[in-house]
Amino acid sequence: MDDATTTTSTADWSAVHTRPDFVALRRAQRRFAFPVAGLFLAWYLLYVLLADFAHGFMATKLFGNVTTGLALGLLQFASTFAIAALYSRYANNTLDPLAEQIRSRIEGDRA
Amino acid sequence: MNAGSSPALNIGIFAVFVVITLVVVFRVSRGPKTATDFFTAGRAFTGRQNGVAIAGDYLSAAAFLGITGAIAVYGYDGFLYSIGFLVAWLVALLLVAELLRNTGRFTMADVLSFRMKQGPVRTAAAISTLAVTFFYLLAQMNGAGGLVALLLGVTGQVGQAVVVSVVGVLMIVYVLVGGMKGTTWVQIIKAVMLIAGALVMSGWVLARYGFDFSALLGRVADRGGDAMLAPGKQYGATALSRVDFLSLGLTLVLGTAGLPHVLMRFYTVPSAREARRSVLWAIGLIGGFLLMTTVLGYGAAALVGADRITSAPGKANSAVPLLALELGGPVLLGLIAAVAFATILAVVAGLTITASASFAHDVYLNVVKKNSPAAVASQVKVARWAAVLIGLVSIAGGIATNGQNVAFLVALAFAVAASANLPTILFSLFWRRFTTTGALWSIYGGLGTTVVLIVFSPVVSGATTSILPAADFAWFPLSNPGLVSIPLSFLLGYLGTVLSTEPADQAKYAEMEVRALTGAGAERATGEPA
Repeated sequence: MDDATTTTSTADWSAVHTRPDFVALRRAQRRFAFPVAGLFLAWYLLYVLLADFAHGFMATKLFGNVTTGLALGLLQFASTFAIAALYSRYANNTLDPLAEQIRSRIEGDRA
Repeated sequence: MNAGSSPALNIGIFAVFVVITLVVVFRVSRGPKTATDFFTAGRAFTGRQNGVAIAGDYLSAAAFLGITGAIAVYGYDGFLYSIGFLVAWLVALLLVAELLRNTGRFTMADVLSFRMKQGPVRTAAAISTLAVTFFYLLAQMNGAGGLVALLLGVTGQVGQAVVVSVVGVLMIVYVLVGGMKGTTWVQIIKAVMLIAGALVMSGWVLARYGFDFSALLGRVADRGGDAMLAPGKQYGATALSRVDFLSLGLTLVLGTAGLPHVLMRFYTVPSAREARRSVLWAIGLIGGFLLMTTVLGYGAAALVGADRITSAPGKANSAVPLLALELGGPVLLGLIAAVAFATILAVVAGLTITASASFAHDVYLNVVKKNSPAAVASQVKVARWAAVLIGLVSIAGGIATNGQNVAFLVALAFAVAASANLPTILFSLFWRRFTTTGALWSIYGGLGTTVVLIVFSPVVSGATTSILPAADFAWFPLSNPGLVSIPLSFLLGYLGTVLSTEPADQAKYAEMEVRALTGAGAERATGEPA
């Protein structure tokens, strides 16, 4: 790493890495990101498989000229916007304060 | 393109865009430049500005003309294709953007080589970066030739070569003069034009049907049949074409977060929080834009008709221009033509700065010069020369491939990004045991498999639509290799790691993870707010 700004020593990083507040931050990040990523990928693949192999179902008209396929596609848009908004709120309210606390302590130690 | 189009008007409006962007690029780029200024605009863009620029970078002419055209001609399947482009951003949002911003400085390779052996991993990451950006760049430059034929009525080989050269020279000027800051402003201006243009046109289309989307769909079905409103027209012909689409869908959704020019944009903001805001803005703008392309595509199917579109010179790509002509006459067509050109210019400029940054920072500074102090000072100069060289090569490539259909290159760029880059990024960020060997296997394995499978696919030979229709050495049945190459790259990354003789550097992993999640020690903004 061509990084002249790193003055914190190896031991310090490893020490932070095992501290409970950092472990809690990592768990909080993964607890949201991993299941939600799995969920939206599964939902997207389900949609693609339906569009690929269930033409009859996707061609059914739900209301007016809007087919099931169009409705499910629009739901993909809606779920993407919703997940982005939920993550934004979670990160602002839960992850940022934890990260900020640990970071200011590390950088305070260093100064 | 046909009666009602006015090449002089189209060129005039485009010239206005070029003059405005050049003035902006020169104005924002005064003063000397450090590497941080040149590659990341001093990390001083706000999340909102960067989000708009990401939309400008991502929404290429292929997205605007190609997706709209696919919807106009094939109906639902074009819409289906567009969804992968949006959902993909959630991968970037949840798993990549913030962590990458906190651990890297200028390039994707910064993150991939953070805790690995510098030389080999950085080289591999740089090769993959250059491959993806070059495939993408060549597709854009080639598209510029086709676009002038379509929009400006320039059909001669020489005339098209001149236009491709003008695009290439402008792109070099933007990058040399403006660096990342100037390039970003070009993308912001273009994104605003593109989204405004799509908004006006889609509003106009909906107004024709009393703002009743169902009525618009009804007209589409009257004209092109009910099949336009359901999947199958483009991808549903055979079992093989369905599997091919599944492969394409997987590639799109996993490729975006591995595109080096997208990843590099996350370094232009001051913090991980702003990187997150960038992606949120990008999701809103890209999602809104893709919804509008659906209206435009169906609007073209209803108002122009698929038969007229497919018999026009640019085939499906002419759906948007024909619709503009139908709605607003030559003036609207001129505006939309200028937007399409602006789109190509902004995208190629973004690709060029990414490739030149990777060459200068990864290959020259860190691999060849082993990060020597003298080389640190000269990396911007090297990047400028690299930009000129890349520009010239892409002009030559654009001219040499003129008239050939190289649209597959965009899909190839996404496939390499999804196969070579994304698995390595995810393993690097989240898997403690991941090693240098694992990274190398996954990058080279993903890149190699993708390219080999494309070469031996119907894209290159064995079909009437192939690049070499007379030859037949295709043994891989799918045109999109992602379904095989992506899982294989993950597997190779895993095998390379468990079979490594050297264990992962645990101290470096601890450092990387703490920095990634907390932002401690991350690069700060050095530039003036833009």
